[in-house]
Amino acid sequence: MPSGSARILSAETPLLEARRLTRRFGALVANDAIDLAVRAGEAHALLGENGAGKSTLVKMLYGLLQPDAGQVLWRGAPAALPDPRAARALGVGMVFQHFSLFDAMSVAENVALALDVPEPLPRVAERLAAVSSAYGLPLEPAREVWRLSVGERQRVEIVRCLMQDPRLIILDEPTSVLTPQEAEGLFGTLDRLRAEGRAVLYISHKLEEVRRLCEAATILRGGKVVAACDPRAESAASLARMMVGAEVGAARRADRGDAGPVRLSVHALSLPPDEPHGIGLHDVSLDLRAGEVLGIAGVAGNGQDALFAALSGERAAPAADRIILDGAAVGREDISARRRRGGAFVPEERLGHAAAPAFRLSENALLAGHATEGFAPGGLVRRSRLLGFVDRVTAAFDVRKGPRDPEARALSGGNLQKFVVGREILRGPRLLVVCQPTWGVDAGAAQVIRQAILDLARGGAAVLVISQDLDELLEITDRIAVIFHGRLSAATPTGWTTREEIGLLMGGAATAEAT
Amino acid sequence: MTLLEAILLTVITASTPLLIAAIGELVAERAGVLNLGVEGMMIMGAAAGIAVAITTGSSAAGVAAAILAGMALAAIFALLVLGLATNQVAAGLALAIFGLGLSGVVGAPFVGVPREGIGKIAVPWLSEIPFLGPVLFRQDPFVYASFALVIGVAWFLGRTRAGLVLRACGESAAAAHALGFKVLRIRFLALLFGGACAGLAGAYLSLVLTPFWTSGMTSGRGWIALAIVVFASWLPWRAVAGAYLFGGVTILQLHAQGAGVPVPPQAMAALPYVITILALVLIMRARGGGSAAPAALGTPFVPDR
Repeated sequence: MPSGSARILSAETPLLEARRLTRRFGALVANDAIDLAVRAGEAHALLGENGAGKSTLVKMLYGLLQPDAGQVLWRGAPAALPDPRAARALGVGMVFQHFSLFDAMSVAENVALALDVPEPLPRVAERLAAVSSAYGLPLEPAREVWRLSVGERQRVEIVRCLMQDPRLIILDEPTSVLTPQEAEGLFGTLDRLRAEGRAVLYISHKLEEVRRLCEAATILRGGKVVAACDPRAESAASLARMMVGAEVGAARRADRGDAGPVRLSVHALSLPPDEPHGIGLHDVSLDLRAGEVLGIAGVAGNGQDALFAALSGERAAPAADRIILDGAAVGREDISARRRRGGAFVPEERLGHAAAPAFRLSENALLAGHATEGFAPGGLVRRSRLLGFVDRVTAAFDVRKGPRDPEARALSGGNLQKFVVGREILRGPRLLVVCQPTWGVDAGAAQVIRQAILDLARGGAAVLVISQDLDELLEITDRIAVIFHGRLSAATPTGWTTREEIGLLMGGAATAEAT
Repeated sequence: MTLLEAILLTVITASTPLLIAAIGELVAERAGVLNLGVEGMMIMGAAAGIAVAITTGSSAAGVAAAILAGMALAAIFALLVLGLATNQVAAGLALAIFGLGLSGVVGAPFVGVPREGIGKIAVPWLSEIPFLGPVLFRQDPFVYASFALVIGVAWFLGRTRAGLVLRACGESAAAAHALGFKVLRIRFLALLFGGACAGLAGAYLSLVLTPFWTSGMTSGRGWIALAIVVFASWLPWRAVAGAYLFGGVTILQLHAQGAGVPVPPQAMAALPYVITILALVLIMRARGGGSAAPAALGTPFVPDR
């Protein structure tokens, strides 16, 4: 707490300073002599691609990881951070990227767990209500977390952090799961926190957001600090250049004529949720034409999984004529039958759903292509054909790997994503359904994947992209529809709509007339 | 004593060891550890209990030894699944087999040695109530202990901060760790409690129910205790219902056999198991297929330090 500090702070003494902080994992140097200084009342951005070392750094600042070398200074004095408790006692709070909430417990219980000085539950609920209304973060203390939307869950995380009265708040990619309007609400809260003299360390991929919000930035690449700058004096392109170390272009859209005939048609499709707390589909209809890219926007957990499962054939539709592919009613067909008709499907989760982690790439190619690619004539696997296919995917999509045929889990996220997308695109499908094509993938790989999707559509395939990344959808789609609570809005041409309109639909506005 | 009173008394004695073992396993599972070795810990409790009670002549020493034996086996299990992060199912099955084997060695010198069982304690005043008094308040100390355990565990899990932290470890070890809780230490303590309860349940078998040693005398009660935890959907009070359902059917089928019901005795003896499975299926259906299990149950946790 600030009152406990006898040290007189000059205006120049940073609130928190990391000096030559180093952390190794085996042979990998995740953080190599990182220097970082965050001042009181400052919003400081921490930028970098996946694997640049941002998460490792903040975990050390929060006491979750111990540095191998270097030290952390708090208000100019060396600080030991053996565990998160010590960090919280200093005044460091953290809001995690993957929510660290307990789904089966109430909001108040979740908050009570994070308090270092135990308080009886009714008192916690009372304080929680006070803090949440003071910062404009409305919450119901008695509600169980699994009933909350993603945005509300994040509010719980933030309120939980604020209950400790932190001087420095670390936010790890807080807006990646929010609608634009929810993100605006968060920025309002952050402005308020800074006005109270609290510092914010802000990790994000979204460069425009950082330029708007932060007055200082530290940029990491490959575990090293490559630049410290004022993001307001930079452009998004120059920040991206520093992160990646090379120019990053946008995917090129080819001018296309009118879209072709309807290839995929979904009529009034409803599906019950497949788990107790899940979301199903209600009366979903869409038409997808050849040569067109249709985007499905929406906050995570609004029925995207059910929609993907229904389209791919992982879950059968209630009746065959709910899903029409090239004039054939395929609603009751399984995934292999739909693949034989020219379908290709890339699920959201690359490790565990799109690919079996402990299988080699060739074996994963067999899993996806056994029905269509002639990998196993007469039931016997032809290894040479599989390896040839893997080599073609590798070459076409620049999949970087050590051995020729490694296990799927040995690849980095971006390279595995290039492989699972490439595996489907190289088959030359007539229909591609892809979920979160570039989630957690660095800028270079994302550009390769987006370009491949556009090229496929230009070649006459119909492409459906389900994504939470609105920027991506605005960049590559021809039309956009929004899914909310299992209902799909009507699709609008991408050029005719705005971020705000889509954001409102993502938050559930106007779904009544959309269905 | 009427026949009804006699039946109720035997139902209570048949249900008590199940309840004690189940409540211990329930705590371990709420912390996120699936210990399938209840049968092994229970029978080690039975063997150690009777061995020490006969050697020292003290029932109290026997009970203490039974609890310690259950905890010792739980500690071995903890070393495997917490320290070395091995598969909990495999380690639990191994623990059950290990306990059955070791108990045979420990109990061998005491086979058939008769011993006076632990007597019943009448609660003054309350035991004088007609009908209810003799059934509820003239029981052995284990019965009182079993209900004290249920009340204590229900209060601990639902009302205390420590119980909240324990449940948090069972919901998401990674999230609990991120908040700074010592997940492995909490799980270790929960396992020790489960072992102590299983040992105590074993002592009930060898010191009260049938006060002598025969190998394999738990005869599957440890497995039933595991089923009761699922049956109870991990709630302490429902474990009472589960234990007494199973114990009740066990006793009633005995009486039915005694009364000459024309059903093969083997089929009758299987009845409690059939009823338990049926009840489990019905509960699952009523819940719509979902599970009330702690979300992190059975998942090993290795902190990345």
